[in-house]
Amino acid sequence: MSDTTFLPVPTRAQARTGRGQAGGRHRAGYAFVAVYLVLLILFGVLPTAYAVYLAFTKAAGRRVSVGPVSFAQWAGLSNFFTTGRDFRFLPAFEHIAVYLAIWLVVLVVLVLALALLLHGGVRRTVPFFRFLFYLPGALAGSASVLVWAFMLDPDISPWHFALSRLHYSSMPQTIAPGHLPVIFAVIAFWTGAGGWIVVMNGALNNISDEVIDSAKIDGANAWQLAVRIKLPLIKRWVVFMLILAFAAGTQLFVEPQLLGAASLGMVSPTWSPNQLAYYLATQNGNFNYAAAISVDLLIVGLMAATLLVFRSKLFQLD
Amino acid sequence: MAHVTAQPLRNEPATRASLAAGPARRRRRLPSRRVGALLAWFIVMLAFTGFFVVPVIWLFLAPTKTDHQLVYWNPLALGSFHSFLRTWDEIYAFQAHELLVWLWNSARYSVGGVLLALACAVPAGYGLALTQFIGRKVLLSITLIVMIMPASALVLPLFLEMNLLHLSNSAWSVVLPFGLFPFGVYLSYIFFSSTIPKELLAAARVDGCNEWGVFRHVALPLARPIVALVGFFAFVSDWTNFFLPFVMFYTDRQYPLPVGLDYLISSTAAFNPVASAAASPVLRPELAMATLVAIAPVFIIFFFAQRALVTGMLAGSTKE
Repeated sequence: MSDTTFLPVPTRAQARTGRGQAGGRHRAGYAFVAVYLVLLILFGVLPTAYAVYLAFTKAAGRRVSVGPVSFAQWAGLSNFFTTGRDFRFLPAFEHIAVYLAIWLVVLVVLVLALALLLHGGVRRTVPFFRFLFYLPGALAGSASVLVWAFMLDPDISPWHFALSRLHYSSMPQTIAPGHLPVIFAVIAFWTGAGGWIVVMNGALNNISDEVIDSAKIDGANAWQLAVRIKLPLIKRWVVFMLILAFAAGTQLFVEPQLLGAASLGMVSPTWSPNQLAYYLATQNGNFNYAAAISVDLLIVGLMAATLLVFRSKLFQLD
Repeated sequence: MAHVTAQPLRNEPATRASLAAGPARRRRRLPSRRVGALLAWFIVMLAFTGFFVVPVIWLFLAPTKTDHQLVYWNPLALGSFHSFLRTWDEIYAFQAHELLVWLWNSARYSVGGVLLALACAVPAGYGLALTQFIGRKVLLSITLIVMIMPASALVLPLFLEMNLLHLSNSAWSVVLPFGLFPFGVYLSYIFFSSTIPKELLAAARVDGCNEWGVFRHVALPLARPIVALVGFFAFVSDWTNFFLPFVMFYTDRQYPLPVGLDYLISSTAAFNPVASAAASPVLRPELAMATLVAIAPVFIIFFFAQRALVTGMLAGSTKE
């Protein structure tokens, strides 16, 4: 906006104080990010590096000493192959795949439908509905799973009429293994959809009135307006949502863990890949196998994130 | 393009007249259709509102009833204040008011995490936005990647690391990782790069402020809204975090509330009548009460700061 007025100012200041000042500001830049950088290295980079190290080494075997540090024996890809052949590995990833397929479709279809309905509906009621849709987000994490454990118990559920219509009369019936991906998708939708509806609603509000008015004048009805005009304009936010939901969905942990606790172990403790990794680390004490599965999951998350950052143009890098 | 089609229409008197008459005529001709559409809209909205809100209402009503009433009364019936107090007494008495211990743990882990996150994220966002240094763009890209990567992907690696450092089961094992909050860095970065006028900072420098003084006395006082926003988001994510503390702590007195709920489920008769003593006083109403305690702070924030939270969620989407 005022490029022409403020740009010369720093230049003039720099010219007056000479090079030392610019160098000082350079150092100041490092000082401002220093603490963050330390945490990023300690709790982002180092754990990742250590997990990779564990995934490629053996706990047993001769250790190699380099100075005061000793390293475990190189294992190549054997930890990845061993965990990949584990009888619980494929089922865990299958569970996640089915869950993701259901969850992503439900998320995209319903979030878009609700956001478009809100945007094209009675304006004055929008903040009200938007807030109510968003409210369950306050119960994210274990509270939401607990609430849905109640909701899925036909004895006490306010949805018992729907459950009895489906002929479920006890909790073990509602949470039968085949239902779990759907149940987890419902829980994820219940806690997460509202936030996405807010984001989509904001993106829709960004569309200029002129575009919408002229489409109306050209004779577009509400459906055409939503599908042909609004939807293409918020497409990149849909991609954003899909990738984030995909990356988060691969990490499923609290849902199967808590529902398993609430149902006397009706849900396997190794239902999801993260659970399997946790189980291998804590029950079998095999950190190398756990690390191998963590690295598998890290790669998936890293790929999704990299794709989004460098391909989508959603983020301001300068 | 859209502009072009609209403009000539507005300049033509005849068309303007027909346009003005258009909606009115349509309204007169198709009132039933419009009312029908409006009705359908409200029905769909109310149905989804029901899906989102009924479980929350149920949760608030559950502690006012006994376990027996929970089964035999209407699920959305209101019990009595007496039952509510009794439910509170039972859950309070559980293992010598352990619920309050968990509440205290949740508070100190979250507050510690939020303070650390703020101390890192706000200066870092400022540094990334308004100073130049080698590696700035790389750091920004890494920040974005770590922000988008689900935090839970790092939980097991962090557990392995903390185990190596003999820090697991200590408050540090969750507070320190909570301090790494790249989303806060990105929000601060967006804020500082788009709202702080650079001439203001330059003027302060000319007046003899050093770099820290510019940040401390000029930028930071203007950044109060972003400090609040980053604080909110960090608090909500720390308070509701389950996986990290679940993995790090192995004694129940160290648990924060979300992990405490898991402990309640597996060690009481609420869901597992067979698993524990039949006479256990912690049943479903008590569990619902514990859940209410667990969500209370975040729920209150959602209620009173919804505008701020919505603004923050839109921080990205309004950016073109």
